[in-house]
Amino acid sequence: MKLKLVTMALATALTAGSAVAQELVLPWMSYRTGPYAVGGIPLADGYTDYFTLLNERDGGINGVPVRLVNCETGYNTEKGVECYESTKGEGALVYQPLSTGITYQLIPKATADGIPIHSMGYGRTSAANGKVFKNVFNYPTNYWQAASVAVNYLLDENGGDLSGKTIALVYHNSAYGKEPIRTLEELSKKHGFNLSLLAVDHPGQEQKSQWLQIRRERPDYVLMWGWGVMNQVAIQEAANIRFPMENFIGVWWSGAEADVIPAGDAANGYKALAMNGVGTNFPIFDDIQKYVVDRGLAAGAGDQIGTVLYNRTIYAAFLAAEAIKTAMEIHGTKDITPEMMRDGMEALNITEAKMAAAGMPGFGPEFQVSCENHGGPGLGAVQQWDASTGTWSLITDFMEPDSEVINALIEEDSMAYAAENNIELRCN
Amino acid sequence: MFYREAGDFSTSYKEDSQTFPIRFDRYRYYVVLVVAFLVVPFVITDYWANAVFVPFLIYAIAAIGLNILTGYCGQVSLGTGGFMAVGAYAVYKLMTGFPDVSIVIHIIGAGFITAGVCILFGLPSLRIKGFYLAVATLAAQFFLVWLFNRVAWFYNYSASGQINAPEREVLGIVVTGPNTEAWAQYMISLVFVTACALLARNLTRGKLGRQWMSIRDMDIAAEIIGVNPLSAKLSAFAISGFFIGISGALFFAVYLGAVEVGEAFGINKSFLVLFMIIIGGLGSIFGSFAGAAFLVLMPVLLKNILVGQFGWATDLAVHIEFIIVGALIVIFLIIEPHGLAQLWRLAKEKLRLWPFPH
Repeated sequence: MKLKLVTMALATALTAGSAVAQELVLPWMSYRTGPYAVGGIPLADGYTDYFTLLNERDGGINGVPVRLVNCETGYNTEKGVECYESTKGEGALVYQPLSTGITYQLIPKATADGIPIHSMGYGRTSAANGKVFKNVFNYPTNYWQAASVAVNYLLDENGGDLSGKTIALVYHNSAYGKEPIRTLEELSKKHGFNLSLLAVDHPGQEQKSQWLQIRRERPDYVLMWGWGVMNQVAIQEAANIRFPMENFIGVWWSGAEADVIPAGDAANGYKALAMNGVGTNFPIFDDIQKYVVDRGLAAGAGDQIGTVLYNRTIYAAFLAAEAIKTAMEIHGTKDITPEMMRDGMEALNITEAKMAAAGMPGFGPEFQVSCENHGGPGLGAVQQWDASTGTWSLITDFMEPDSEVINALIEEDSMAYAAENNIELRCN
Repeated sequence: MFYREAGDFSTSYKEDSQTFPIRFDRYRYYVVLVVAFLVVPFVITDYWANAVFVPFLIYAIAAIGLNILTGYCGQVSLGTGGFMAVGAYAVYKLMTGFPDVSIVIHIIGAGFITAGVCILFGLPSLRIKGFYLAVATLAAQFFLVWLFNRVAWFYNYSASGQINAPEREVLGIVVTGPNTEAWAQYMISLVFVTACALLARNLTRGKLGRQWMSIRDMDIAAEIIGVNPLSAKLSAFAISGFFIGISGALFFAVYLGAVEVGEAFGINKSFLVLFMIIIGGLGSIFGSFAGAAFLVLMPVLLKNILVGQFGWATDLAVHIEFIIVGALIVIFLIIEPHGLAQLWRLAKEKLRLWPFPH
């Protein structure tokens, strides 16, 4: 009885209808709550502000306004499923789950429903193989390429020779953190360095024993695959054991302002990978100030503009907007469906001219997506934290990963997935 | 008027000892079953299945399982999340190891495997009780999660440590994997819930249930009147583990489809199921359903009201939701410390006396 009453109440609550006017619906799985909110807030702000800017300045994309549908997941997979089911009916064009766990969950579901997923620099790495993963895109780069870029950077630092060196990987003990292990193992065989693996359990507030081990083993370099509160704790712990910060490199999810500021001056010199430009020195930020902030439309508290993760989702939103434009062009219509969106993403071609037109010259590398390659070229740069000025700056150009090793791994993993799930290969 | 023994004559022992001795109650139960089996599957949508019904039904099985152990036998357990993980990984290994065998058998098999693991971790209960036992089961929780994270065999050596449910059919209908229809997902959960609830209800009414309750109420007295604490306690652990294993298997295979052990079966899950039975009512099958409904539906309902109707910011809504659900739990337990099941019992009592309450 009680259940029935609740169901009835729920049914009334659900009948909030949406207008049928032409619009582009983009769901956003935010997490402004929970242990990962420190990353989730700037990510959500950046994505929202970019589309607010497009709506305010240009009236949307090619004149069609964008409607963002926010859904709070708290980085929790069960809530992610609920969010997916509740938003997919609204005509969602592309999902950006912003969580590797939720991405894994949604890959089969979204493929069955024909909705594309864009997991930019996270999620399932082998989804880069478009022959197997029709609806999943992880351009411009992914975890395995990140691991390889980090190792290549260290090779450069050491004159091309890492043999006999020890690299420790401190990782979030989840699908996300485990992603780079296989690549690093391959690379350690190839380059002759020793790899030491240190897992940190969710949410990552307790890392004393891992850093004690690092202190004892004295690895030459520490790589980190951390997220949320784990990053701050790790950097603080590294400072506590006086580990040289310039030998400590985080992945692009472990290199934001919020991660290094708590450690103060001790974090000076900490490095992280980057897939897009840092800082506010781009024309687009003038427009954001003018059309979004000055009009009081900034998302959240409006205090994240120009931070690393904010720029990351500005980039994600830019890529989504470009894919929508491409889709409109291909199909010659302004009313695009998820299926058309997928075609647009597959035909996406990011050029310097497009980035400059969007007010983001040199924000990321140029790349092109194809039917076979959903992962882009995998270029990554290294950024470094300067505690005295409180800024991140890129210290390298965008570098190539070791494609030979990575492509073989991607091929192997995606083929195993295809065999497990009876997927026919595309692009023949 | 509605809810009366009057005029309802039992002419056999069987009728006298049926689960719902009052006619009105019995019809209500039939109506619920008919609606659940014959109406809901035809109207259910993806959203209703994935956000409301399937999690509710699966948590109800877990709550029944824990209720047998904690509510009926009085053994506090904080290992529910770990035991659900055993069910999930067992069904995964069975599904991938024996792809030709029916998934129904795999789920039941996962139940038996979990029962075995539960007996193992139930052994300390013969010497310790109360908080001390809670700590021992807490160790089980952490150990099992660590084990499934650490030993790659359990997740078939996949790069990410995730397990993914392959597509499986029952009677030619897909019930796991991404191509599952909402109703199929709902029906398989419903069949398992119904079977589990019937089984649990009848076990707790019988000899075994009385043994458990005597152990719960006073173990020394129970031992003196001839209840064997070894068999009573371990059978409670085994049967509770069986149900929790089934719920874990369904949780992974039917509901989520992909699972990461630390995230899906962490300590939070243990507490969630424990709260379900405390709010629902210890030692009551109905309470297990009521508690599961309360904790699964309330957040979804609040989210839809606050975000869908009022248009609040999503993060604000989540925080308010925590406050409201927390406050409701406190208020409910102040008004009725024995949970929703006791409210239900009182309501029935009032109905029986109505309209002459004195």
